[in-house]
Amino acid sequence: MTVYLLCFTLLLVGLYGALTKRDLIKIILSLGIMGYAVNLMIILFAYKKGASFAIMVKDGINSNMVDPLPQALILTSIVIELGITAMLVALAIRLFQKYKTFDITKIRRLSG
Amino acid sequence: MILPFLIIIPLLAAFLISLISGEKDNWAIVLSILAVISLLVLSLFSFFTTGKDTFVYEMSGWKIPLTICLVQDALSTFMLVIVNLIALTSLMFSVSYIRHYAGPWKYYALFMLLITGMNGVIATGDIFNLFVFMEIALFAAYALVAFGAKAEEYEAAFKYAVMGSISSTLILLGIGILYAATSNLTMANIAEVLPTKDPRISLWVAAIFLTGFGLKSAIMPFHAWLPDAHSSAPAPISSMLSGVLIKALGIYAIIRIFFNVLGAPQAFLTIFMVMGSISIIVASYLALGQWDLKRLLAYSSISQIGFILLGLGIGTKLAILGALFHILNHAVFKSLLFYNAGAVEMAVGTRDLRQMGNLKKAMPVTSWTSMIASLSVSGLPPFNGFFSKLIIIIAAVQSQNIIYAIVAVIGSLLTLAYFMKVQRYGFHGNNVIQELKAAISPGMKSAMIILAVLCIVTSILIIPGIREVTLDPVVSVITNKTGYIYEVLGR
Amino acid sequence: MKQSNGMTLIVKTVTRISVWLILLYGIYIIVHGHLSPGGGFAGGVIIALAFLNVMLAYGRDFIKLWINIGFLHDIESSSAALFLAMGILGMAVGGGFLANFISHGKLYHLLSAGTIPFLNIIIAAKVSMGLFVVVWTLSIFHLDKGGKEE
Repeated sequence: MTVYLLCFTLLLVGLYGALTKRDLIKIILSLGIMGYAVNLMIILFAYKKGASFAIMVKDGINSNMVDPLPQALILTSIVIELGITAMLVALAIRLFQKYKTFDITKIRRLSG
Repeated sequence: MILPFLIIIPLLAAFLISLISGEKDNWAIVLSILAVISLLVLSLFSFFTTGKDTFVYEMSGWKIPLTICLVQDALSTFMLVIVNLIALTSLMFSVSYIRHYAGPWKYYALFMLLITGMNGVIATGDIFNLFVFMEIALFAAYALVAFGAKAEEYEAAFKYAVMGSISSTLILLGIGILYAATSNLTMANIAEVLPTKDPRISLWVAAIFLTGFGLKSAIMPFHAWLPDAHSSAPAPISSMLSGVLIKALGIYAIIRIFFNVLGAPQAFLTIFMVMGSISIIVASYLALGQWDLKRLLAYSSISQIGFILLGLGIGTKLAILGALFHILNHAVFKSLLFYNAGAVEMAVGTRDLRQMGNLKKAMPVTSWTSMIASLSVSGLPPFNGFFSKLIIIIAAVQSQNIIYAIVAVIGSLLTLAYFMKVQRYGFHGNNVIQELKAAISPGMKSAMIILAVLCIVTSILIIPGIREVTLDPVVSVITNKTGYIYEVLGR
Repeated sequence: MKQSNGMTLIVKTVTRISVWLILLYGIYIIVHGHLSPGGGFAGGVIIALAFLNVMLAYGRDFIKLWINIGFLHDIESSSAALFLAMGILGMAVGGGFLANFISHGKLYHLLSAGTIPFLNIIIAAKVSMGLFVVVWTLSIFHLDKGGKEE
């Protein structure tokens, strides 16, 4: 149970960073931390006590395997987050070209 | 059967457009129009012939608990028709509008990815597959909002991307908790197994999903990205985002998960009603004070989504009928209003209402269609907006929620107020504008005329003989959780 | 030192030796995707990192001399279309979209498991080319020159 609470704490750390940091790059890194926390929690849901890895080997030493489906889920999720991070970094570069700063309190032409 | 083709056709079109397009965009236009017309024909065919039946398609030939399944029932068919229709009119509008931007073939490839994502969300029966297709559609949306390469567009796209990414992480957390509780990913299996588990898990997961999907569908207090994103995007993309994306990704996912998987817990229906009424009133007030035309339309979108959520929250069959009809109506007239805004911006050169004038003589098609759309939104008979709002108000009165009915009526009056402001300043102003900066092409005019005609024609969907064929099967799918499990799993 | 000329002589010499090993490792992970952990995506990222290693060590002008970026873009789009074509082929043979229609072969052998090795190779091509082209395009902008494009 403590493992899941630690994963949740990591999610809250990422959320804190995304909400309070003023630099664009730090916001992108905090979003990455949130993604890692959720992926970690999904992998940890698949663990069974005393089970071994989920690969079939020739002499059949593992009859008790961990659940392999969440491993496929987080592989997809990691690819999606890679794409999102690439797009956010491209947007950050373009924002620096137009506004000459990375500070979000100065990038504020749209309001109301 | 047509289910895998709804995803294969736009995806193949997107990859082929990116492969064969050079500097000019002729092949891109031809491929994308072919793809969208074939999608529209497929969805209309299945809506009119087999609207009441449910089809299940299992991918790769495996059986249901082990594979991803695509489910097409009455609700999916209804949403598919709306999405593909608005996509076709948006494509007709954007053929000449995008020539002003750089690199037009990239627009068509991203547009096809957007349609793939939305069709995938509507057609799937597996909850992780819904997440994947939702992310595909959102990638394309973030890139399309920033398409014009101006400073405000990048800022709006960054804001949209950060908030969308936080909500996607929360949705993934909810999916993980659901998987840990039920060890199944197919939505029908989850619906079958979930009542036997701890009831607190349902409430936790419902709260997480309401936050995540609520941000995608721009309910207050999760609305902060929408005015920037919808006013900075190019006009056909604004109409796609505001007309179908916030409904296919947000409202459709909420309906599917809350009514069919989680079984509509009563506490959350009350929360829907409260959030819906806050959306209606506050967004209408904020829209009254705007001078930027597209920003005003964006706040109006938030207000109308509040109406839909109010109808869903009341929960009776009549209220859900009103909410569904309002989904269709809002897609039609909000897209038309964004096309008008785009045409006016191209012709006059500005979006500020104080600098526009009298456009009735110079742009007759735009003026008349915007008058029709404004009267539809405000809810005047015989246009379609009147019927859907009336049904929601009558349902609220019938189920003893008098306060919410009064809120809906006040919202309608405020909507009438700010659309009269748009008409007075934008089209019937003081100085008559004679010459335009750019001409409105026939493609743009025909897209506007098609939607204006649909504004009047869709009112006939409420006549009792036609309603049994088109809208009643959808309502019965939503309110019948055991029916959904039976149709998909066969037990 | 001009920025586009790459790094020092030591880095260039070591890269010239080690980049082939990185490519070989990536190809190993792709081809054995159905027998051990890894598969298309992980192997694709490793191959992209091999290209990226050369770009970092030798500079962007060197890459522009030897590799045509338009060709990489074409490989990426056509491998994505090829993936969909394999899926439609599975549907035409009669099993459903993305069905496994080649014979499954013997267990634990390299050429087994039907269509899965081919799909691994296709995905690796798309991921590696896509990732390299994305990083190449991001490196066009020079932040230290006050935001001017090259």
